[in-house]
Amino acid sequence: MLPFVIELLQVLLLLAAAPLFAGWVKMVKCWSQGRKSPGLLQPYRDISKLFAKDVVLAENASWIFRFTPYLVFGATLLAGGIIPILSVDLPLSAIADVIALVALFAIARFFIALAGMDIGTAFGGMGSSREMMIASLAEPAILMAVFTMSLASKSTSLSRIAHVISSSDIHMVLRPSLAFAFLAFVMIAIAETGRIPVDNPATHLELTMIHEAMILEYSGRHLALIEWAGMMKLFLFMSLGAAAFFPWGIAEVGNVSALPLALFYLIIKFGLAGIVLVLIETGLAKMRLFRVTEFLGAAFLLATLGMLSHFILE
Amino acid sequence: MTPTPLDLASLSVLLLLSLVLIVPLFRKNQGVMVIAGFSLASAASLLAVISGVWTVGNGTTDRSILALGLPELPFHLRLDPLSGFFLTTIGLLAFYVSVYSIGYIRGFIGQRPVTRLIIFYSIFIAGMFMVVLADDALFFLISWELMAAASYFLVMYEDERAENRRAAFLYIVIAHIGAVAILLSFGVMAGLATGFRDFSGYTFDAMRASKFPVEWATAAFFLSFFGFAAKAGVVPLHVWLPEAHPVAPSNVSALMSGVMLKTAIYGIIRITFDLIKVFPWWWGAIVLVFGLVSAVMGVLYALMQHDLKRLLAYHSVENIGIILIGIGLCMVFTSFNMPLIAALALTAAVYHTLNHAMFKGLLFMGAGAVLHATKERNMEEMGGLIHSMPWTAALFLIGCVSISALPPFNGFVSEWLTFQAFLLSPSLPAPLLKLLMPIGAALLALTGALAAACFVKAFGVTFLGHWRGHHKPHIHEANWPMRLGMIMAAATCLLLGVLPTFFIRWMDTVPVQLVGQTISASAGEYGWLWLTPVAPERASYSGSIVFLGISTVVVAAYLLLHVKPGTIHRAAIWDCGFEKLTSRMQYNATSFSMPIRRIFGYLFSIKEQVRLRPQAAHSAFPRRLNYVLRVRDRFWVWLYKPVTDASFWIARKTGRLQQGRIQTYLIYSFITLIALLLFVR
Repeated sequence: MLPFVIELLQVLLLLAAAPLFAGWVKMVKCWSQGRKSPGLLQPYRDISKLFAKDVVLAENASWIFRFTPYLVFGATLLAGGIIPILSVDLPLSAIADVIALVALFAIARFFIALAGMDIGTAFGGMGSSREMMIASLAEPAILMAVFTMSLASKSTSLSRIAHVISSSDIHMVLRPSLAFAFLAFVMIAIAETGRIPVDNPATHLELTMIHEAMILEYSGRHLALIEWAGMMKLFLFMSLGAAAFFPWGIAEVGNVSALPLALFYLIIKFGLAGIVLVLIETGLAKMRLFRVTEFLGAAFLLATLGMLSHFILE
Repeated sequence: MTPTPLDLASLSVLLLLSLVLIVPLFRKNQGVMVIAGFSLASAASLLAVISGVWTVGNGTTDRSILALGLPELPFHLRLDPLSGFFLTTIGLLAFYVSVYSIGYIRGFIGQRPVTRLIIFYSIFIAGMFMVVLADDALFFLISWELMAAASYFLVMYEDERAENRRAAFLYIVIAHIGAVAILLSFGVMAGLATGFRDFSGYTFDAMRASKFPVEWATAAFFLSFFGFAAKAGVVPLHVWLPEAHPVAPSNVSALMSGVMLKTAIYGIIRITFDLIKVFPWWWGAIVLVFGLVSAVMGVLYALMQHDLKRLLAYHSVENIGIILIGIGLCMVFTSFNMPLIAALALTAAVYHTLNHAMFKGLLFMGAGAVLHATKERNMEEMGGLIHSMPWTAALFLIGCVSISALPPFNGFVSEWLTFQAFLLSPSLPAPLLKLLMPIGAALLALTGALAAACFVKAFGVTFLGHWRGHHKPHIHEANWPMRLGMIMAAATCLLLGVLPTFFIRWMDTVPVQLVGQTISASAGEYGWLWLTPVAPERASYSGSIVFLGISTVVVAAYLLLHVKPGTIHRAAIWDCGFEKLTSRMQYNATSFSMPIRRIFGYLFSIKEQVRLRPQAAHSAFPRRLNYVLRVRDRFWVWLYKPVTDASFWIARKTGRLQQGRIQTYLIYSFITLIALLLFVR
């Protein structure tokens, strides 16, 4: 029974804390650029405002367009049940390993790209085309990175990976393959969550937008669901990185008393991760679309190097 | 006496062959002929499915000898789990497609001769059944040729167009080059099995019983691999496939792409694991490399297509590649004596064989429904079909999601199993493989992601947005038999995706027969809900819970947000204040794939031309703009053009002998006779 309670807690934490983390990133970004921030709670206000608004649908929109926000939200939430955020003792983590997790994000992206094409504007198609191009380079790279992690812990189950890494000594963790995988993971996480230098979540300029172009026609509760899912995706990529590379402090199986401590560590980790993300975002300029290829190619190469070094050196 | 599975299978073949005699009886009433012909074909296919499911489930082997064929060379039939599995796959898709054809071919009545279509269709299916039932080289090759010839006539069906005739010719040429290689391979094995003194070496039993020296085994294997690869469309022998598959009627395309290619996979598995049995690891590495190249090149070429059926045909190249990856891995693991991982790789390969048959059949049936409704194969002219063809759109979407390897559908399960096999490879001792395996896993991942991009394009451009063509025809939804065929295939895709444990447990007799190990003992360790190959703590996946989980959240969110009704308004799309949006401004198939074309451009031979016609007043304002893009297969230029040029050159040179004068010919005969007399003496 207890694992199910932890599972439920974790999903609720994801739903509640994802906008908070997005607010934190926005706040640090404002500070670092010498602006006044709208506060930690602005994403909550945005989402609740969108939920209260009516939906305006394009005339040509089919059921795909209306179904997509729910599917994206559902797939992201399910992914949240699989990634160990607070504890490795998750009953849902056995339903999908890390490969299936990548595929869950892929199905959300598949439908969002379809929704972009559904209304029949040039913007939507442009966003879909660019998103699928980036995804088709980012997905193999992220799979290579997680394969390298799974080779080190001899399992593709995320709970297992977190457990093995957190319970083994430091020599086991300081491996060249994991270093390569981590570098690759950071680069891909930036691409997958649509941050600078790959995509800019704050712009609506047609030359540069990718994700925003696909969801341009969304409004009301549909947009709220997509925005919320986007924040959860950012949160989940951070948790994925934390679970796979820095799992220390995560609660082990059956250890309920470690949960508050795990939460404390989580806040520290996420606070730092947010600052690092902002440093990357403010330090770099957005890349031209076809430079993204080189960026993701480098990530892919790093991840493959990681796997090769595991096969050859370890 | 109770009937054996083999009796059922033979009955099914007989029923299909008897259609050749039955169908012409209905010549007066073609409507009845279509219904009767395809109903009988579907009944026969169902019989084959029953016999296949039965054989695989019980792991039995039946044999019989038919006193047909040449004197002293009777036909041998054998139905073992491997044959049973392929019989089930072929039969299942043939059943769905036959139901679909009742509706699809009805539209041909009065426009085209239907009789010969039904006749060749049933011979084609019978040929495929016979290939997997054959247990000697003679019967195998006869069935193989029957299948090839019948499908040639089906590709030639719409023979008024020159491109169709050309495609059919290319198809039959490559099929025969392949068949010659297979014949030679059987020759090598038969010769080694019993020597050339008597004829009994032509049975598979004799080949099974003998041990081949490694150099001859290598020759036999690579000859047969070449032959089967030509049939399966493995890169670089794939060029006929995207030409021939799209021009056949769509029900036939579904069968050709869905299951005819699989008979070649069957041949590879049969010869490698059942007849030769012992092989060095580098065979597997070569198969693996061919699989990887086919997978990546297939999907990249598919992305460049704007003809819906050609796009699907290139995806068959990709999926054959994925199956070969599994087979190659299995061969590597078998030769290093790791039966459990070999069983995992083999299960992945044969599971993908079944999956690909289902979703590719579904997609081709969907493309047929679109073709039927719009008379159009070019995606650039389509768009917005989801409004007028909701059923076809939804079913085609299921096919797209399945082939893109997205959970909870079936394509994901087999790719997941293949990845698991890759991840178990660090234990391999050969250093070369340690380099190959990570690159292989990376390429497989790339393939999956590109396939998703390709099917966003295929579905998005065909079914979503607005109609792109100049004249919009009246578009009607597919009729009920067509829908029924597609619904059954789509349901199978979902079932194979959410309940993989059942199917893997059912087919575990196949890996037991071929590599002597099964993954089903560990695959069901957590119970039927969980797929756990090797060990539960290593990896687990539950398609049904993923499906349930997503559906629950979707339904819950939908219900929660619709507590207060009536808050959806429809409005025109936002045009940036431009006011003159036309449907030609949408992204189309060519523009969608432009970023990927630019990244991987070096793999294609691309000719891109932009022609501006300036206005007289000022050259900065063009009056007209022409954009021409031609993307071609590099392999045409690299491989096929030299061969065709060389053969034309030789033909021209030898043509000089032909003078048209009888005196010269008599001199040729005379010289030949003298020469023979001198040499043979």
